[in-house]
Amino acid sequence: MRGRESFVMALEALRVNRLRSALTMLGVIIGVLAVVVLVSVGTGAKDAVEKQISGLGTNIILVVPGQLTVGAAPTQSRLSLADVAYVRRVVGDPAKVTVSLQSGETVRVGRTEAFVTIIGTDQNLTNVFQRPLSKGRHLSETDVDTRRRVAVLGAEVAARMFGDVDPVGRQVSIAGARFRVVGVYATVGQTFGLSRDQEVHVPVTTAQRMLGVDRVNGLAVGASGPEEVEALQGRVVAALTERYPGEKFSAVTQTQLLGTIGSVLGMLTGVLAAIAGISLLVGGVGVSNIMLVSVRERTKEIGLRKALGARQRDVLAQFLIEAVLLTTIGGVIGIVLGVGGAVAIRSFTEVPASITWWSIALAFGVSAVVGVFFGVAPARRAGRLDPVVALRAE
Amino acid sequence: MTAPDPSATAPARPAGPPAIEAVDLTRRYDLDGVSVEALRGVSLRIGQGEFAAIVGPSGSGKSTLMHLLGCLDRPTSGVLRINGVEMSGLSDTRLAELRNQTIGFVFQSFHLLARTTALDNVALPLVYRGVGRAERRERARTALESVGLGHRMGHRPSQMSGGEQQRVAIARALVGEPKVLLADEPTGNLDTRNGTEVMAILDRLNAERGVAVVLVTHEPEVAAHARRQIHVRDGLIELDTGAAEGRP
Ligand SMILES: Nc1ncnc2c1ncn2[C@@H]1O[C@H](COP(=O)(O)OP(=O)(O)OP(=O)(O)O)[C@@H](O)[C@H]1O
Ligand SMILES: [Mg+2]
Repeated sequence: MRGRESFVMALEALRVNRLRSALTMLGVIIGVLAVVVLVSVGTGAKDAVEKQISGLGTNIILVVPGQLTVGAAPTQSRLSLADVAYVRRVVGDPAKVTVSLQSGETVRVGRTEAFVTIIGTDQNLTNVFQRPLSKGRHLSETDVDTRRRVAVLGAEVAARMFGDVDPVGRQVSIAGARFRVVGVYATVGQTFGLSRDQEVHVPVTTAQRMLGVDRVNGLAVGASGPEEVEALQGRVVAALTERYPGEKFSAVTQTQLLGTIGSVLGMLTGVLAAIAGISLLVGGVGVSNIMLVSVRERTKEIGLRKALGARQRDVLAQFLIEAVLLTTIGGVIGIVLGVGGAVAIRSFTEVPASITWWSIALAFGVSAVVGVFFGVAPARRAGRLDPVVALRAE
Repeated sequence: MTAPDPSATAPARPAGPPAIEAVDLTRRYDLDGVSVEALRGVSLRIGQGEFAAIVGPSGSGKSTLMHLLGCLDRPTSGVLRINGVEMSGLSDTRLAELRNQTIGFVFQSFHLLARTTALDNVALPLVYRGVGRAERRERARTALESVGLGHRMGHRPSQMSGGEQQRVAIARALVGEPKVLLADEPTGNLDTRNGTEVMAILDRLNAERGVAVVLVTHEPEVAAHARRQIHVRDGLIELDTGAAEGRP
């Protein structure tokens, strides 16, 4: 018998038992749907975070005292501006090193108040990070050297405090002290769930005086090319460790950050896919079950086909194709629904679901494999039936 | 009753090997330690184009014998040659092909595929022979016309009378142009009128096409259609009215 005949026969059998076929497919449909949707959500989240990290700039090395852990409170720093100057000498190009001293403070304009992240930094910020302005200017060397009370506002802070009014040249009160706005940043979005549009940048020296400290939280170095990043990272850490023996300093590159976060989110996506895969497996068990019932019901038919000349492999092929059709048709429906679901999630929620071809191909492949795997036992049973016994079955 | 002489109506028939040749066939069923000896040594020879009826009491082994002759089952011992081919050496796959090519079955309970049209039911054996769809349908149509059902091709079994269903089954047995047609109580589920009609068709096939027909029956009138009667009792042939038939 030709393959096409088995195919037509199997399709006919599914058509005859429409409701049963549909219900059997449902298990596979749900499994595939879950795989496609969950993988797209996981991948979307990963893409979004990676985009945020890349959006910071290129070839950045972040240096902090102690052990670096994403999201954890920073170790109490002992780095001072003198140490920053030391690192600048180590790096060679002072313009490629910038600092950061952070604190949460209340900002007020008239009666409008907001709690924002104040970041003390310097004129080198833009040599390391990408931070485009929408209005005014960046912090200057003079601002830092003379401890001017000037501030550059994040886009959201500016909008909140000043509305449509141009903030440049106007006054804001930060922790009770008066600052003059010299610039407003363009919108940049979030990094690690923190909106960078809610920052206010002031000269690091001003921030130190305001907070009554002479430390900085950390510093950032911009390498001039990707090939330099690693060597520079090692040099900075070694230099700091040499200056403060017995203390630990961490430097992390953007690539390492991307790698770590990527693998965490990749693992998360994997776990989601595995959970969805289990439901696909359950769907496969359903297919197996129905095929066994079908073989039992159609024992007489199988006996007749064999009497008329069907070989073992003809009968096996007929039932196996039936099982595979059940799962692959279910798979295609599940993929269509899953893609629709992912698009809906992306349109109606904040979750950046991103549809990946590999997850669709995988879902389809797995559903076909599930069909073969769970269809083979019933199909073999059918193929091996003794024609005389089968014909007598009632 | 007036079975025509096959040699008179089909003179061109080759004098090949007998359609069926069985030597000392036995078939034992072993069920939970109990063993039933359904056939205890049956030898017979069915010539090309012969028409034989197997009769005997219930449980005597008629169906068992038919299954063996039709290569649906294998004997416990003994030799069986179909059209000169010794079957014990053949694989299950080759047996399936042999059934498909040389044997046509007609069953007491028709065994048509429900939800499938008469035409597709008849074409089914050709599917397993690898015949293309168009040719299959053409041959199935011819076969249905030859049993007088040219007007029922699109009907499903549930839309036909018992007699019509059995005629569809006969068309299906014929479509592959077998050497032997095996019918186990083909009229058993039919009333007299339909039974007569079915027997007339079998008579005609045997006479015109030279298909050897072996049928099992309880009814003496049906058995009388055959020139040869084989009486089976307790798994043995008790009487064979034409033991010499079919010998070259
Ligand atoms: N699959 C089987 N397993 C066990 N015993 C069987 C099997 N098939 C048939 N038999 C036994 O073999 C014997 C012959 O059975 P068979 O069906 O050949 O009789 P039969 O002559 O066709 O009877 P009937 O006229 O009632 O159809 C019976 O005793 C029956 O019980
Ligand atoms: Mg019987």
